[in-house]
Formats: sequence, structure tokens, C-alpha cells
Amino acid sequence: MANKHWLEFERHVVELEKKIDEMKGHAPEGSASHADEISKLEKKAKKILSEIYSRLTPWQITMVARHPERPYTLDYVHNVFEDFMELHGDRRFRDDQAIVGGVARLDGAPVMIIGNQKGRNTKEKILRNFGMPNPEGYRKALRLMEMAERFSMPVFTFIDTPGAYPGIGAEERGQSEAIAFNLMKMSTLKTPIIATVIGEGGSGGALAIGVADRVMMLEFATYSVISPEGCAAILWKDGSKADLAAKTLKIDAGELMKLGVIDKIINEPVGGAHRDPRAISTSLKTALVSALKDIKSSNVDSLVKNRYKKFRSIGVFSEG
Amino acid sequence: MIWFKKDIFKKKTLANGETDRDKSVRVPVGLWVKCESCSEIIYKKDVEKNLDVCTKCGHHYRIPARARIDMTIDEGTFKEQDQGVSPADPLEFKDLKKYKDKLRAAQKESGMNDAVVTGSGLIGGRRVFAAAFEFPFMGGSMGSVVGEKIARLIEGALEAKCGVIIFSSSGGARMQEGILSLMQMAKTSAAIARLKDAGLPYISVLTDPTMGGVTASFAMLGDVIIAEPKALVGFAGPRVIAETIKQTLPEGFQRSEYILEHGMIDMIVERRHMKDTLTRLLAMLGHRHGQ
Repeated sequence: MANKHWLEFERHVVELEKKIDEMKGHAPEGSASHADEISKLEKKAKKILSEIYSRLTPWQITMVARHPERPYTLDYVHNVFEDFMELHGDRRFRDDQAIVGGVARLDGAPVMIIGNQKGRNTKEKILRNFGMPNPEGYRKALRLMEMAERFSMPVFTFIDTPGAYPGIGAEERGQSEAIAFNLMKMSTLKTPIIATVIGEGGSGGALAIGVADRVMMLEFATYSVISPEGCAAILWKDGSKADLAAKTLKIDAGELMKLGVIDKIINEPVGGAHRDPRAISTSLKTALVSALKDIKSSNVDSLVKNRYKKFRSIGVFSEG
Repeated sequence: MIWFKKDIFKKKTLANGETDRDKSVRVPVGLWVKCESCSEIIYKKDVEKNLDVCTKCGHHYRIPARARIDMTIDEGTFKEQDQGVSPADPLEFKDLKKYKDKLRAAQKESGMNDAVVTGSGLIGGRRVFAAAFEFPFMGGSMGSVVGEKIARLIEGALEAKCGVIIFSSSGGARMQEGILSLMQMAKTSAAIARLKDAGLPYISVLTDPTMGGVTASFAMLGDVIIAEPKALVGFAGPRVIAETIKQTLPEGFQRSEYILEHGMIDMIVERRHMKDTLTRLLAMLGHRHGQ
């Protein structure tokens, strides 16, 4: 299947896919050799795609993480969970649509879901503020987490944001306080928290729903202290050095696993999650269920203690 | 000897139209100096005696971490801790320069291992755990060392049942340690949660400038949050915001006075009243743990 949006490094395979589509359109009746030819080309395309995706650079991974057809939080909510009921608002200012949340069931058991949400078309992108939350988004998230704590529901968060919104209103309403408060409160929340970076993990704006007992990442997601473009502009004084910055910052799942920042990588289908949303939803569900099973066995006090230890131990320094 | 130094500061125009200068040093060298804020010619010794505050306009200069500790903690009572905690280079980071070289230069310049001094001492006779940031050390940025030292400071206070004061001055998370710097925000905020659970007071003092990952973690979590006059305090930098929204920023945006008005801090305190204010607050908030 040829995707509408394709990335520059996929050119070769996209051309092949186009050719396959064309051939399918001109199929002579009952020609076995024609079908054979198509099947051969399809295999070839898949092989090339698989090769390309097996050696993506961190900057190319960033492109995949931001792919306009990549599944977003609500796609997973509908594919992985049942009976989702969205809950709105922070009860203080307004409902921030860049973060969605609500109750649902995972294999029948009630859970709380919170995630960043991006929009697909222009109208929706504006409504979702390009996935960049304001303080009220983080406050809604916290309200739902505290509700989950009261009703003994595990919390699943899905991270996919370029970052917290840098705006006048955001600053006036305490963007930094909202993030800081979530970090503090999540560290002691008396219910399991499982965070998954599904696309972009943009700095403090991502971490604000990311203090969890298990932190997982999709294979082609990124998680970083600053965007590669931002880092390049500041440190290289040249925004076009983003590819170099992406590599230097170590923002892909493999590197983050080595640094001990994430606990698990969820493999994506060949060519990325957007090429097979069903397959990635199945893998995600398996990972979520297994992570929950794993931490549910410990009592809530040791859960919170271990969560503290987990973040307390991250960092590299020397002492002497 | 330099008798008069007109202006050693590099002028920069901020996105909100204000002019700012490179204030990486405290009061400039020379006997007579021109105030970077009011442009009046002032006698350097007077400014120093005045806690590095302009004698004419009250402009608060940025000051080194140790000077901050000296003017806050009772003389001779400060015991520095964890000086040996030193930065590594886990990402082997290199932009136009190597991170290692930047660190070495900053260490040489400041005489410190990294951007924060931590320890305990007395303030008005009461024991407290205190930290002060050194802004010239890579913009006071928080990497693994800063996160670790802040976490240990708080854990030390928990054990000793004392309050905590942190003087922040930081550009935010340190890019050169990548995601590890980001995680220090979670680490330090989690430590503050424990302090709050134990009912021990934490006073956060925001000094010019306090931004990004430091504001978005322990700096905004004080039981009481104090700012020095006209300090720049925010999450995103003014230039980033102006570029994103393509608008001029309101006057005084992200300054202490502005964020006080918007309910983000408790008070603005001039440097000469800082120690007294901290002493009185800690005496009240920490009355159950009196020493």
C-alpha cells in the first residue's frame, strides 16, 4: 500500500509501490504471470523498506515519529481499550484539547488514560494546538491521575508532543508550575503508572505525564531534552544541523534504553507504525498488559518507593 | 590598573524590546563603573558593600554562588557538601566545542565542579540546608551533577529534619547531557515531594534568570516562592515565545513583578532584606522542628 505522505529516504520504495499499484490497475484477466510479477515486486518492496528502516538515522527516526499519518493517542485508545469515556477540563480555566483523558477498560478492567493528542487536518491541528499543551492540559491530566488514585485504577499515559506550548497565556497561567507540580505529584501517586512514548517526547512537556513505574517507547519514537532543531540553533548556531544534533543528543529508543531512561522498546511493523496501525496496536496492547501485570504484583507502598528509586538513580557523574 | 571602565557589557536586545547585557560577571572591573541598568557612574566598592546592588537604581547584579551563601548563612557555619560530585560526559557530546572542554573552562573560571553549591549551616541560628546556583557555569544549567546534589541536599534535610532554601539562577536543563538532564527534573521534584510529606519547609528563591527545566521542577515547588526584583523567570525564553507567536511581548513580561501579579510567586524581596525574610519565614514554618 502506498501512503499519501512519504519521507524522502523512502523514495525508492515508494516508487516501487506506485508501480505495483499501477500494475494492479491494469491486470489482464486471469494472468498468473502478472500476479506473480506483482507478488515478486511486493516482496522486493517490503525487503527494501525493511532494509531502510533497519538503519534509520536518529534524524530520520524523528521524521517517522512526526509522520502525519502516525497513529495518535486516540487511535490507540480505540484500538487497544474498550468503553472509553472522555473526561474534560481542569476545573480551573478550560479544556485543553492538546491532552485527552478519560476512563476506559483494558481487557475488562477499569483504567485511566491520559495522552497528548495531535490533529490530522488543519482545523484539528489548530484545535489540538499541534499537540502542545497549555498549563490547563497538565492540570487536567493531574486531576484525572488523582481520580485514578482514589478509585484504584492504573494510569496509562501516551506521550506525543513537540513540547509544552511557549505562549504568553501559558506563561501567565504558570506553564512551569503546572509541569513541576505534575512531576512532584506523579512521583507519589498511589496507583500504577505506565507511560509510553508513541511519537515525539518533547522535553518537560512530555515528562509532565511521564513520571511512571514503567516507561516504554515505540521503536521509532523519540524522547529528548530539546528538539534537534532547537539544539542545533543554540549549540551549532545553525538550525539546519538538526540531523547532527539528533545524533548527538541520543534521542532514539535504542540509545535511551542503553542510558537506562526507558524500560522497554515496542517494535513497530516494517516501515513504521503508520503502515500498519492494527499491528502496532496489538503489540502495544501486549506490552501494556504485560507491564501492568508486572507491577501490579507489588503493593502500592513499594510501588511508590521503587518509582522514586527509578528516577533517583538516573544520571551519570563521577565522585572522588 | 583600570580606573574607569565605560561598558564592558555586550548589549543584547531581547525579544520584548528591553535591552539586556551579558551579565556573566558581577559588577564589572575598574574602580568606577557604569551601572548596566541605569547607566549612572557608580563607585565599585559602594556597590560591593551594597550586596552587589546598584546604589543609584537598586539594580540587582547577578552574584556568584559562594557570595550568595556568604550573605545568607551565618558567618562560619556553612558546611559545604558533595563538592566531589563531578560531571561526566555520558553522551560524549560535541557541538562546535567538546562538552568536556566547556566543562573544563567553566571549572577553571569558577573554581567549582559544576553549577551549584550545596551544604548546611545556620540562618539566624537555625539549621538549614541551602543551595545556590552559579549562573556563569554553563548558564547554571542542570545536568546529572546538579540534579544529584539537589536530591542529596533534600535527602540530607529530611534526615536532619531541617528546612531547605534553594537560590536558583539557571537557563534550564543542560543540553549536553541530553535526556539525563531532563530526568533530573523528575528526580529533584520527587525529592521535594518527600520533603513536603515530612512537613519540612522549602523556600525557593528565584534570581535572575530562572528558566526552563529548573523553573519547571524544584524552583516552582517552594512552600514559599520569593523572587529578587526584576528577575527573569519563566518556562520558555522570551525569544522563543516571540518567534512562536509572532507578537511583541507585553512590557515586563516574565519579570518578577509580572509573575507576582499573575499569582506565580509569593513575594519580591530585595537582597538586603533577604536573610531577614528567610530567617523569619523558616522560624514560623519550621516551628515544629525548632532547634
